Amino acid sequence: MLTKIKTNKLTPIQAITDGLRTMLKEREEVIVLGEDVGVNGGVFRATDGLQEEFGESRVFDTPLSEAGIIGTSIGMAMNGMLPVAEIQFLGFIYPAYEQIMTHATRMRYRTKGRFTVPMVIRAPYGAGVRAPEIHSDSMEALFTHMPGIKVVCPSNPYDAKGLLISAIEDPDPVLFLEPLKLYRAFRDEVPEEKYKVELGKGKLIQEGEDVTIIAWGAMIPVAMQAAKQAEEKGITCDVIDLRTLYPIDKDIIAKSMQKTGRTVIVHEAPATGGLGNDIISIINDTSFLYMKSPIERVTGADVHVPFWALEEHNIPTPARVMDAIHKVIDF
Amino acid sequence: MERNMEEEFPVIQIIDKEGRYVDGTYKNEISQELVQRFYRQLVCMRTFDQKAINLQRQGRLGTYPGFEGQEAAQVGSALALEEDDWMFPTYRDHAASITFGRSYNILSSWNGRIEGNLPPEGKNIVPPSVPIATQLPLATGVAMANKYKGSNQAVIVYFGDGATSEGDFHEGLNFASVYQAPVVFFNQNNRYAISVPVWKQMNSETIAQKSLAYDIPGRRIDGNDVLAVYFETKKALEQARNGGGPTLIEAVTWRYGAHTTADDPTKYRNQKEENEKHRQNDPILRLELFMKAYGYWDENWKDRIKDEIKKEIDNAVKGLESMPPPDINDIYDYMFEKPTWTIEQQKQEYINHWRGEMKC
Ligand SMILES: Cc1ncc(C[n+]2csc(CCOP(=O)(O)OP(=O)(O)O)c2C)c(N)n1
Ligand SMILES: [Mg+2]
Repeated sequence: MLTKIKTNKLTPIQAITDGLRTMLKEREEVIVLGEDVGVNGGVFRATDGLQEEFGESRVFDTPLSEAGIIGTSIGMAMNGMLPVAEIQFLGFIYPAYEQIMTHATRMRYRTKGRFTVPMVIRAPYGAGVRAPEIHSDSMEALFTHMPGIKVVCPSNPYDAKGLLISAIEDPDPVLFLEPLKLYRAFRDEVPEEKYKVELGKGKLIQEGEDVTIIAWGAMIPVAMQAAKQAEEKGITCDVIDLRTLYPIDKDIIAKSMQKTGRTVIVHEAPATGGLGNDIISIINDTSFLYMKSPIERVTGADVHVPFWALEEHNIPTPARVMDAIHKVIDF
Repeated sequence: MERNMEEEFPVIQIIDKEGRYVDGTYKNEISQELVQRFYRQLVCMRTFDQKAINLQRQGRLGTYPGFEGQEAAQVGSALALEEDDWMFPTYRDHAASITFGRSYNILSSWNGRIEGNLPPEGKNIVPPSVPIATQLPLATGVAMANKYKGSNQAVIVYFGDGATSEGDFHEGLNFASVYQAPVVFFNQNNRYAISVPVWKQMNSETIAQKSLAYDIPGRRIDGNDVLAVYFETKKALEQARNGGGPTLIEAVTWRYGAHTTADDPTKYRNQKEENEKHRQNDPILRLELFMKAYGYWDENWKDRIKDEIKKEIDNAVKGLESMPPPDINDIYDYMFEKPTWTIEQQKQEYINHWRGEMKC
């Protein structure tokens, strides 16, 4: 007889809380720190109830200082702990950029592994919720460009918990990006027990024949809607949820691309220097002879996220993805 | 010997909670006109703030950070400025910004309108700073340029208690101290950074004492005493103008409301109990008691200005709600003086797509 796994229907943000709770229970080296993560339970409530459950020595508010949060987390990680630091919004991570770039990502290399930094940085990212200036940045490529840190970005509750647990158990620094637009967008079954989703592995979330759409995080619902619209016109799509942004799952991309021969990449971040370009280079390296059309990118422009009265004009929409699908089909 | 910083940096007051003089130094400078100007502006700013909160509740405004309780700190310091001085406000400093010359259209930034960032022509009011403490080194830099140019303009920069934890706080103050830049660092210690109380933010008793590390003057003032705020800020600005370098002012105050309309303060403090206590120390009430005690009060005048203010704010809301739609070109056209080819191409592609969608 199969034992049934107990699951709960959770939103993405509840799955993150659940993942944190699971690891706080399992390993006493795990601590959760950041601005307003304690009594307040985080400005989005991602750490709701955790201080009450695990006490102030495990889950605590820090002074308002991103460089301080990340710098001390690096130190704690070097000394046997597993810090999970929250940065309130990705747009406020910039003061910590130096600590990440000059220490978190280099410690293992420059000590030949004598000191390591097994830490996780969680940060909500992305536009589309009418937030004030700077609260909507999605500059993931600043971090995928950094040697020495992994970057993860779940789009649903199941992956959120499983990837977070993998990130916490990973021996190296991981930036864990949370699409804030999806925090409470829907619910899904999430196992109550501990489980992992492997880092570095994408997922084929829809199968088709004609076009491969590659996206992650908050762009997944956009990609899926476009795929649905395409299907109504007789075009079927593979949709890949990349899930890990560094290292990218090149096999899943190559496999799909070699089937469809056409690719559309969707991301919110500016086009220039964006992750789309790395995906194009993977296709170039693995699947050049399979290409039936140039690869299309649907991205933000090389501009800052507009003040929110105009933000929708810079976020990829299913209609813009459809335009790109037509382009690769009609080439 | 243990030093007691609360004693070394005593809270400076001119009038106490009951509205009575505790310090008569500036008595001769306090006129009916000045006091009425303070009072009118305080009431006006509170009316503005309450209106904004109501608009947000009705879905007519996006997330908004209220400042009720902090009016005296903002109005008093802004009125101490000379017309061509520079101001670096934060998101919570609309009372300071408006008092110094921003129009009520500042509110439109909370409706996602970039127009809400723009000061009137010729006014040196920088847009509200959202990333905490980042404006401090900028203000120091503006002050360094003023000094270099031999200009007489001073700079005021606003920031909260939480902002003192960022590296930019240190960097801004240290540079100002090293270059003796004409800048006043105006801290509003409202005792909370979202949910984090100041006693968890720092292990020092006061913010003013941080001036010791830079060997610059530090003042701790009652931020709900508009007279103390005004005269102390004026003094610091004069000193800056006269080559005396920067000053750190800590104005001790309190925000009654939530951090922003998206925040629930009952999660981290007893709102009812705290606010009952702090309402006794209300900045407007205090000035009113003072005016009554010293013969500056006029009931008819009060009724008249309340009517005027209501009309003014109602008009402001009308202005806000009759703005023309936002201009898509704004997304692209101000990234550089001349757009790069990538932006030009992206703009063209998007606008073509958008026209197609709109069928226009
Ligand atoms: C660099 C940065 N980190 C985090 C935030 C999110 N945040 C916005 S306001 C705030 C608290 C600020 O507290 P304080 O400096 O005391 O100013 P107050 O809001 O009380 O006026 C935080 C953490 C931010 N805006 N910028
Ligand atoms: Mg504060």
